Amino acid sequence: MIPVIAVSNLGKRYGRTVAVDDVSLEVFEGEIFGLIGPNGAGKTTTMECVQGNRVPDKGKISVLGLDPQRDANELRQRIGVQHQEAHLQKRIKVWEAVDLWRSLYPKVVDTDALLARLGLEAKRNAWFMTLSGGQKQRLFIALALIHEPEVVFLDELTTGLDPQARRAIWGLVTGIRDRGTTVFLTTHLMEEAERLCDRVAIIEHGRLVEVGTPEELVRKHSPERTVVFTSDDANVGERMQGLGTVERAEGNGATYTIRGTGDDFVTEVINIIAREGIRVRGFRTEIPTLEDVFLKLTGHAIRD
Amino acid sequence: MRPRFLRGFWKLTWVETKVFTREPMGFVATLVMPLVVFIVLGRALGIGKRVPASGLDIPFNPAILAAVLIAISAVQSLVSIISIYREGGILKRLRATPLSPVTILGAHVVVKLLFTVISLTLLLLAGRRLFPGVMQVNVFSFTAAVLLSTLSILSLGFVIASVVPTARFAQPISGAVVYPMLALSGLFFPVDRLPRAFEAVAYLLPTTHAVALLQGVWAGSGWGAHWVNVAALLVLFAAYTALSTRVFRWE
Repeated sequence: MIPVIAVSNLGKRYGRTVAVDDVSLEVFEGEIFGLIGPNGAGKTTTMECVQGNRVPDKGKISVLGLDPQRDANELRQRIGVQHQEAHLQKRIKVWEAVDLWRSLYPKVVDTDALLARLGLEAKRNAWFMTLSGGQKQRLFIALALIHEPEVVFLDELTTGLDPQARRAIWGLVTGIRDRGTTVFLTTHLMEEAERLCDRVAIIEHGRLVEVGTPEELVRKHSPERTVVFTSDDANVGERMQGLGTVERAEGNGATYTIRGTGDDFVTEVINIIAREGIRVRGFRTEIPTLEDVFLKLTGHAIRD
Repeated sequence: MRPRFLRGFWKLTWVETKVFTREPMGFVATLVMPLVVFIVLGRALGIGKRVPASGLDIPFNPAILAAVLIAISAVQSLVSIISIYREGGILKRLRATPLSPVTILGAHVVVKLLFTVISLTLLLLAGRRLFPGVMQVNVFSFTAAVLLSTLSILSLGFVIASVVPTARFAQPISGAVVYPMLALSGLFFPVDRLPRAFEAVAYLLPTTHAVALLQGVWAGSGWGAHWVNVAALLVLFAAYTALSTRVFRWE
């Protein structure tokens, strides 16, 4: 499979600060690829070099077979971008922005349908400054999609949005992918990466730490599984201890926490419960997330 | 094939014009302030008369002051718009489209020149009504001189806009450049009465040549008599434009 985006040994510094040290990655057609890491890790710089809006110090980049620096004009026709914390003119109306953007590309989509899909048709005559955070981001998505780009870049798309607006945006982004457009996004929200991305790359201090699907990364780096259940039977803790792959069983009143490793662990606990004839009132599993993977790989939690 | 800078140029210019008219403060400062200065000072001092109290043998002309104020308010407005656009990432977002950099900035220049003409027209109309008999200036020649002056001063505006760190500093920094420029322009006292060093500086500033040209055109002399000032305005325009293409920051 030929990658849509291929980056090898990218490096970029600002004065004496190294923003991107040595990044190599590939993004394939039709996937949502997420670059995840804390603020200042080099996400935006990497993305802007790929877009051709920033000149790298070293490394090679190819996007849709083009060189982002040499073929900047052609590339702008074929990619759509949304910048982090971007604004438009305070008093530009939604339809004016859409109309201006339309006039810049040879081939454009049906913008009425696009605005309807993004839930902006009622805001056509509203000034940019009067839009809510979610509406502004949806407008930027519209502007990024207006010329039917083959790749869309979304930089920290949902930062500063409330959970409800965030979820609505996630739905739109998967919709973009489902229509066949490749999406390259950055985020520092692990939940967003896990819900949205087909593959993620974890970046820290300008270097890639790990690349893979969210499930792969969780399976590889955080295999611990925990089952928590409640039972009024006697001696449940002792009966679970040492059975199968159970590593630790602890009881606290009627609540028991059973820890182990691997994909089969939960099944095994269920089998033990059945075999032992334990009556269970409540049952839940705790499975690690990308957040735990991040913590394990970098030694610290990711924070806003 | 159309030149690239024309792609989106008129549409962007029209959008920027509408956006500017929706901003009440900028609109008032551009159109009303020079007009008020012109009327108040014109009433108090007369148009093109000598200033008896100053003892200086120069014709202080409120019409010239107002015309220069029109150009200067255009520059201050430009500096603050560019710094707001830069701070908000608007310049960066426009830059990521197929719009050429010349188009993105050129649209603002056209908007400023458009409002300069409107403002000047208001001023000349008010002058005809309020000060009959003294507004015998050639309207086209005077307008052309104001436009050339504005363009030259605007190019300095881009240099100022390049060094302004954030939008909060736009007004103070452009003021710190513009007001001394106005003081040295020859509008209030002749440039050749300045100390030697100041005189040299004055001739490097577009306002000085703008004032000389406007005073000449007002007095009825042709552009040929002021070719030095015209050439200076053009040379300064070219120099400031060349400088700002080197130092301009998009983000």
